[in-house]
Amino acid sequence: MSFPILPIILLAPIVAALILIFVPKNEHKLIKCIAAIGTFISMILSLYAYFAYDQSIGGLQFAIGYSYPWIPDLGVTFFLAVDGISLPMLLLTNLIGFSSIFASWNMENRPREFFILLLILIAGVMGTFIAHDLFIFLLFYEVVVIPIYIMVIIWGSSKRVTKEYAGMKLTIYLLIGSAFLLGAVIALYMKTVALTGVPDFSFGGIAAAAQQLSTFDQIWLFALMALGFGSLISMWPFHSWSPDGYAGAPTAVSMIHAGVLKKIGGYGLIKIAVLSLPIGAHFWAPVIAVLGIAGVAYAAFGALAQKDLKYVVGYSSVSHMGYVLIAVACLDIIGLNGAVANMFAHGVMAALFFSMIGFLYEKTHTRWIPDMGGLARQTPKLAVGFMMAAMASLGLPGLVSFIPEFVIFVSAFNNFGGLAVIGIAGIIITALYVLRAGANTLFGPPRPEYDHLEDIKGPELVPLVVLGTVLVVGGILPSLLFDMINSGVVPLYAEINNVLQLGGKL
Amino acid sequence: MPDLLTTISLNHYVVLSAILFGIGLFGALVKRNAITVLLCIEIMLTAVMINLLAFNKFITPMDFTGQIFSIFVITVAAAEVGVGLAILIAIYRNQLTVNLDDLDWLKW
Amino acid sequence: MVEFALYNAWLVPLLPALAFLVIVFLTRPWPMLSSAVAVGSMALSCFFATLAAYGVFTNHHYADHPLVYAVRWFSMGLPGAPELVIEVGIQLDPTSAMMMFMVTFISTMIFLYSTGYMKGEAGYSVFFSYLSLFGASMLLLVLSSNLLQMFIAWELVGLCSYLLIGFFTHKIAAREAAKKAFITCRVADFGLLLGILSLQLVFGTLNLVELSEKIYNFEQYTTMGILTLIAVLVFIGPIGKSGQFPLHVWLPDAMEGPTPVSALIHAATMVVAGVYLVGRTMFLFTEVPAAMLMIAITGAFTAMFAASIALVQREIKRILAYSTVSQLGYMMLALGVGSLTASMFHLWTHAFFKALMFLAAGSVLHGLHHKADVWDMGGLIKKMPITGWTFVIGGLAIAGIPPLAGFWSKDEILLKTLNAGSDSGVYYVLFAMALITAFMTAFYMWRMIFLAFFGDEKPDNHPHESPWNMTLPLVVLATGAIVVGWIGTPWHNLWAEWIYFRYPKHLDPNYLLMIGSALVGGAGIALAYKMYCADQSKALAHKLAGQYRGIHTLLFNKYYIDEIYLWFNHTVVDGSARVFYLFDIYVVDGIVNGFGGFTKLSGEGLRVFQTGRLQNYALVFFLGILAIAILMAFTGPSAAGLLGGVM
Repeated sequence: MSFPILPIILLAPIVAALILIFVPKNEHKLIKCIAAIGTFISMILSLYAYFAYDQSIGGLQFAIGYSYPWIPDLGVTFFLAVDGISLPMLLLTNLIGFSSIFASWNMENRPREFFILLLILIAGVMGTFIAHDLFIFLLFYEVVVIPIYIMVIIWGSSKRVTKEYAGMKLTIYLLIGSAFLLGAVIALYMKTVALTGVPDFSFGGIAAAAQQLSTFDQIWLFALMALGFGSLISMWPFHSWSPDGYAGAPTAVSMIHAGVLKKIGGYGLIKIAVLSLPIGAHFWAPVIAVLGIAGVAYAAFGALAQKDLKYVVGYSSVSHMGYVLIAVACLDIIGLNGAVANMFAHGVMAALFFSMIGFLYEKTHTRWIPDMGGLARQTPKLAVGFMMAAMASLGLPGLVSFIPEFVIFVSAFNNFGGLAVIGIAGIIITALYVLRAGANTLFGPPRPEYDHLEDIKGPELVPLVVLGTVLVVGGILPSLLFDMINSGVVPLYAEINNVLQLGGKL
Repeated sequence: MPDLLTTISLNHYVVLSAILFGIGLFGALVKRNAITVLLCIEIMLTAVMINLLAFNKFITPMDFTGQIFSIFVITVAAAEVGVGLAILIAIYRNQLTVNLDDLDWLKW
Repeated sequence: MVEFALYNAWLVPLLPALAFLVIVFLTRPWPMLSSAVAVGSMALSCFFATLAAYGVFTNHHYADHPLVYAVRWFSMGLPGAPELVIEVGIQLDPTSAMMMFMVTFISTMIFLYSTGYMKGEAGYSVFFSYLSLFGASMLLLVLSSNLLQMFIAWELVGLCSYLLIGFFTHKIAAREAAKKAFITCRVADFGLLLGILSLQLVFGTLNLVELSEKIYNFEQYTTMGILTLIAVLVFIGPIGKSGQFPLHVWLPDAMEGPTPVSALIHAATMVVAGVYLVGRTMFLFTEVPAAMLMIAITGAFTAMFAASIALVQREIKRILAYSTVSQLGYMMLALGVGSLTASMFHLWTHAFFKALMFLAAGSVLHGLHHKADVWDMGGLIKKMPITGWTFVIGGLAIAGIPPLAGFWSKDEILLKTLNAGSDSGVYYVLFAMALITAFMTAFYMWRMIFLAFFGDEKPDNHPHESPWNMTLPLVVLATGAIVVGWIGTPWHNLWAEWIYFRYPKHLDPNYLLMIGSALVGGAGIALAYKMYCADQSKALAHKLAGQYRGIHTLLFNKYYIDEIYLWFNHTVVDGSARVFYLFDIYVVDGIVNGFGGFTKLSGEGLRVFQTGRLQNYALVFFLGILAIAILMAFTGPSAAGLLGGVM
């Protein structure tokens, strides 16, 4: 495999952003087309990578020849590779990235700057998923935070809270999370270097060395990491940035943030924290499970009380991430499979939801549910997209999110028994708030003031087509997703299981 | 201690420098007029230069480090005064004062 | 050809699914073409289903050994030793073959009927696409070889039900009814899902055949207590889907949907899915006597409860809806006394006569421009003879008048319940309840028929008979309502030789019971005739309503159960949502903002030190240096030392 597929996937949006700098700022069409082409290349290539990945071999692939020692003295290597866990995330990023360009197709306010930042954001998120070096991972993660802040405070919208507050809350929360993370990573690095004597920041190297750490070290290091990744994945009670942040952010940022950025938390939790510190993970698993379950129930009720569509979806994403946390806490093959699959499923669904709400807002200039109604008559295609996302959100079988949830329930019920039932009961409340929002927005008597609205058409249909297709195909053929994830989870589980058994924890 | 009066030792230079520095510091801290403050800063720089030259002469007579340093200081001081005075003139044109008590816009 | 159909039964659900896709993506702009695609695919599907059913019913081997073919759907764990494997597949045995035939046949009839009923409605194509999707999901449910697949189809039919109830999206009532249906079923599905999860965890498989073997020896895997819990959890699902008490509330409201939908989904097919599920998992319930008793009691109670509400309702479709709930209770009762045969038999006959009655009611609504109150009708049989007489046939069938279909199946259930009484006295009570229900059923059905079709014509009604594509299904189904019971007569019970659980149970005909149940039905009709037909002023009816005003109000308001749920939903659920939300924005956010506030406050405090006066800064700077110098002078290496001792 000599074609440098991963670097090109990563570079395509960056190159597009660089080209955009030299495009005259009034050429709106051209700007959008360039951004679309950049993300399209990434999307197609990552689709290709997804299907070219050899699941029977597993492990890290597409990496040959792209490992470049970056800071040799610290053991930092610019090492891009994917395995069965990161590849779905990469694909998800690009699907959502491509769709998000079209969800912002009607952006008239400084589009050039907007799309440059958006492309940087997409590239940054991708980087976190394909870097297999902790240092580079953190670097990409920090790259991501900056454009988000700028985009929220310039292109965001003020509702319950001002956009400045929302942007600030989002950014500071994430930075505090990453501060914990940074502390944990540095400590972990120092300790592993002390153990092995060889500076090495690569995931594999750190994980191999960290497994020799004392139980106590594992426990407190994991706690720090769980705090960092937990606040990123909006673990209860560190979730409050999520609804406000999504509500304040422009559509594309909400899509990417809820769709993939949040998943960096779950991804890091599995690929870094659990893999490196299995004993710590085992120690904290019950706490994480309880917080996850609390998040599911709490956020579901929170969503029920909302009247602003974006807040509904914001709380719902907190609720869904609770399932991911429960699944991670199960620490078994089924649970980890479910966690990754649910992140993928939720990403697709949340992105579709936010893009549809974005169009709705663009057309009606409101997101306040009582001000809407009967829109299914005036904007039928929009309604289809909305309902698909809504149905996926409530875990309708046949759409991508049901099987991951089922898998998580199997594992959670097995590991936590009665406690898991509270989490599973979340599906009732979810149905309640999702259907309420859908019914009050789309159905009922049409309002005359919206009679002039145009349905989504042309480029605006892209998010619906791309994400809707994934939603349905993933639901009908779950093995497409699960075989891939399983090929990444099995070796990972083998390693942590090994350590746990050595440590006498099983 | 006859040489105290007849020969000039390092101690004399150091004391002189300390006195000059003290005068300069006092002026820089208490004077209200910005130009005076600038002048006082110059006095402090002079004190420093005396130190440099004296130590050079008595401790490492074969090197010229101190002298070279002093020349640097003079150059930088000249530049600094030039910039400083330019700023002061600009301020004076705007505010019609160079009283430091009135120039507290850096507050908050 | 039969062989082909038998081994490719997956075509049966696939064809309507394809029709759905074709209509959505291709033929949506052309309504007639769309309906042709839907009807055509369903007819073709019915053809295949008939062939496959023929294949099943000509080989008695399948009665005990279902024909199963499945493929891996997804799995996880090591390739050699997976921890979780889920398959999708087809399971053909007499029960599923019967259901498959019934569903495709009734669907074809109702699709055809819909081409007339929905003519000219906005969203005609969309309606047929939904119907096709429903057909596909329902057939998938029927043919499922494992419980997860069944659950998926179960939810999908729920979705179609939601979409079709709310088909007239501009009507608030339709919207609310659709939502209510979905959420009520969701509550029940939660229980079912837990049950399925427990089965997966305890027995490690969800395939029906494997489960039935493992549960037969359940002591190897689990205890009786756990199994009872599982059985109860699984039964919660059917309570919701088949409208059993206390989750029946959605079914009458579901009548907001177009009438063909009510006939297809809320009478003949989807609502019996719960009964079918319990029938499919009989191997689980028979092991747990407590669960069986619960099913029987739930069924009998629901039957009587719903029938009592139906006595006083006024809207034609609502009466039919409560009648459906009541009949579903009958089927549950049959399952509860351990007779898969009787339950499936009643399911089968009920599908014909209830679909018939709904379609006839739809025809009435069509003719009267959606005037639904039976008290506003009258004498319709003169203007709508086909509709009227087919409705009468349906009424006779449901009232249990021999030799129509309903008589045989109802008789079978009564007989089984009576015989179960030899085990425990409680079944005698259930038998009595069932008999009372039979009387009430005959009464309220004929009350409706006499009010709507006989008596004086109302001058402001201008009814007209419906077009051929609506009356043809009526005639076909009416024929069915007469004849489909004949395969299960007590003298030669062909039905029981095919559809049974574990082993066929032959019961001798009980003539006393047969005569008795026919008399009960006849008495109900006679009473209805006396009150609503013979006496044009309906004086007796009004007098009774006046005398028992309390009971009448209670029944008319459906025992106020909807109100209780509404109160619960608005007060408890929304209230706690409100509490959670307030907690979130005041407490959780308060803490978060508190951190921000603390930072800001400390900044405020510290900024008094920034005077803006350079000289202050310089002074502090100097003092700092001085402090360091002093410190060094006393603690650090001496200046003399630093200078190398030259002085």
